[in-house]
Amino acid sequence: MSEFDLQFTLLLVTSGLMIGMMYALIALGFVLVYKATDAINFAQGEFVMLAGLMAAVSIDTSLPFIVAVLIAIAGMIAFCFGLERVVLRQLLGRPIIAVVMATIGLAALIRGASTLSFGPGVRALPLPVSDDPLFLGPIMLPPVQMVGAGVSLVFLLGFTWFFLKTRMGVAMQAVASNQTVAMGMGINVQRYFALAWALTGIVSALGGVIWGAMLGVDNQLPLVGLKVFPVVILGGLDSVIGAVVGGLIIGVVEALAAGYFDPLVGGGTKDFVPYLLMIIVLMVRPYGLFGKRKIQRI
Amino acid sequence: MFYRESGVFKTSYAADTALMPLPNTRIGAALAGVIFLAVLPMVFGEYGMSICNLILIAIVGAIGLNILVGYTDQVSLGHGAFMSVGAYAAANLVVRMDMPFWVAIPAGGVMAAFIGTLVGIPSLRIKGLYLAITTLAAQLIIEWTINHVPAISGGAQSTILMPPPEVFGVVLKFQWQIYFFLMVFVIIAMVGAANLIRSRIGRAFIAIRDQDIAAEIIGINIARYKLYAFAISSFYAGVAGVLYTYYLGIANYEQFQLTVSIDFLAMIIIGGLGSPLGPVFGAIFVTLLPILVRRFLETFGGYFMDYSTLAATIPSLRLAIFGSLIIFFLVVEPEGLNRLWRKVRNYFRTWPFSY
Repeated sequence: MSEFDLQFTLLLVTSGLMIGMMYALIALGFVLVYKATDAINFAQGEFVMLAGLMAAVSIDTSLPFIVAVLIAIAGMIAFCFGLERVVLRQLLGRPIIAVVMATIGLAALIRGASTLSFGPGVRALPLPVSDDPLFLGPIMLPPVQMVGAGVSLVFLLGFTWFFLKTRMGVAMQAVASNQTVAMGMGINVQRYFALAWALTGIVSALGGVIWGAMLGVDNQLPLVGLKVFPVVILGGLDSVIGAVVGGLIIGVVEALAAGYFDPLVGGGTKDFVPYLLMIIVLMVRPYGLFGKRKIQRI
Repeated sequence: MFYRESGVFKTSYAADTALMPLPNTRIGAALAGVIFLAVLPMVFGEYGMSICNLILIAIVGAIGLNILVGYTDQVSLGHGAFMSVGAYAAANLVVRMDMPFWVAIPAGGVMAAFIGTLVGIPSLRIKGLYLAITTLAAQLIIEWTINHVPAISGGAQSTILMPPPEVFGVVLKFQWQIYFFLMVFVIIAMVGAANLIRSRIGRAFIAIRDQDIAAEIIGINIARYKLYAFAISSFYAGVAGVLYTYYLGIANYEQFQLTVSIDFLAMIIIGGLGSPLGPVFGAIFVTLLPILVRRFLETFGGYFMDYSTLAATIPSLRLAIFGSLIIFFLVVEPEGLNRLWRKVRNYFRTWPFSY
C-alpha cells in the first residue's frame, strides 16, 4: 500500500509541477504589467480566454495551427495596445480602486462580448500532438501538459534573457524601478508602458493556446486567472523568477491538496488552498519570496 | 455637506447640527418620502414591488461598502461573503432557535462585522492592491467554508429555508409588506451613515482616506479606525444579507458569490464614491440594468432572433453592458451619477438667478 501511495504522490507532484509551470506563464503576464506600469490586471484570466478564442476560431476556419497561434498573438498585442491607449492611460494617477475596477469591468466586458459574438459553447483547441499519455517509469505524463510546461519554460527563459540582456529590456527595468529617473535618462516612458502591455498580450496569447488546449475554450476558462493572485503574491509581485517559483509551489500544493483532501471534504480544495497559502504569506512576508521589499508606512 | 446658504440663519446649536440644514433639502426629502412610501406601493403591482425590494436591499449593502471604500479608501472584494456570513448566521438562528427577525437581523450584522473585522486586520499592514487580493481571498475562503461545513449550511450545495418575518403577529407574505419592512432598515441605514460620516468617527475615516500619515499625526489611531470601518461596513453587509434571505426565503451560498461583491463595487463607483446619495443611485442603476436589458430584449429582440438564442443572449449582453458602464464611468465621470444629480440640484438651487 505504501508503494502505491508513493506513486500517487509522485504523480500529483509531477502534474502539479507542470500545471504550475503553466500558471507561471499566466502570472508572468500579470507581473510584466505590474512591474512596468503599477497597474493591476484583474482581467488576466479573460485575456487568456480571449486569446484562446482567437486561436480556436482561426482553427475552426481550417487555418493551420501555427497561423492560428500567430493570429492570437497579433490579436492580443493589438488588443492590449488599444486597451492601454483608450482606458488605462486615462487612469494614471487615480486611486488604486479605479484601476482595479476598470480591469474588473473589462473582465465582464470581455466575457459578455465574447459569448455574444462566438456563442456559449465549448470550443476545442487541439494541439498538434497525440493524446496518448507518456509513461516515464510509474509516472504518467499527458503530452498536452508537457507541451504546456515546455512552452512556458522556454518563454520564461526568453523573458529573463530579454530583461537582462537587451536594450529594451533594460529600459523597461529602468521604467519599472523609477519612472521619473527613467524619463530623465531619455527613455520614452509612455512607449514602454505600451510595450509592457504588448508583452502581456503575447504571454496571454500563449497562455490562452495552452490552457485552451487543456481545458477547452469557453467562459469557464477565465477562472484560471483567479490562480494568478496566489502565485504572484507568493513569488513577489514584481519578480519574474518569483512568478515561476510561485507558480510551481502553487501547482504542487494544489495538486497534493486536491489529491488528499478532496475525498475528505467533498471537493473544491483546489480553489481554496492556494488562497489560504497566500494569506499566510501575506501575514509573514507581504512582499513575497522574491519581491522588492518596499518600506512603507501605513 | 458643510455648506452655508445665504439667507438661512441658525439661531441654535440644534439648528446648526441638523441633518438637513436647508429648507430645499427638507422639501426634497419630504417629497421623496411621499413618492417612496405612498405613490410607489400604489402604482406598482407584486412584480414591481419585488424589484423595488431588491433595490432596497442593494441600497443597504452599497451604503455599507461606501463607508469602507468611498470614505476610508480601503478596498474590499469580499462584501458578497460578508453578506453570506450575516445571512447564514440569521438563517441558523431563525431555523434552529426560532428567533424573531429583530434578533436575527442585528445578530447577522454583528456576526458579519466580526468576520469583517478579522478580514480587515491585514489592512493594518498592507493597502491598495494587496488588500484587494486579501479580501478576494477572504471571499473565496468564506464561500468555500460555508459551502463545506455542514454545521453552517446543512451540507454542500444545500439551502436553508427561511420563514418570512413576522411583525406584530403579521406574517409578511406580500411584496408590498416586505417593501415597508425593508424601507425601515433602509431609512435607518441612510440616516445612520449620514450621521456617522459627520461624526468624529466619520471624519477620522475621511482623514485616513485623504492622507493617512497626516491623520496619524493629528492623533487618529489609524489601526483602530480602519478596523471600525471594516466592522461598520460589514455590519451593513451582514444586515443586507439577512434582508436578502428574508426576501428570497432561502439562504444559499450561490447568492453571495464574487460577482455580488463586484456588483456592489460597481454600484458605488457608478453612483459616486464617497457621496451620501451615490450608493442609492448606484444601487438603483445596477439593479435595474439587467431587468431593463431583459425587458428590452424580450420586447424588441423577437424581431431579429429566435427565442432560444434570445435566452442565451441576455446574460452575456447584461455582462457586456455592465463592464462597459464601469469603464465608461471610471474614465469619463469618476464622480458618478451623484455628480449629475449635484449639477441638476445646483441648477435649481440658484434658479432663476444663477451666478
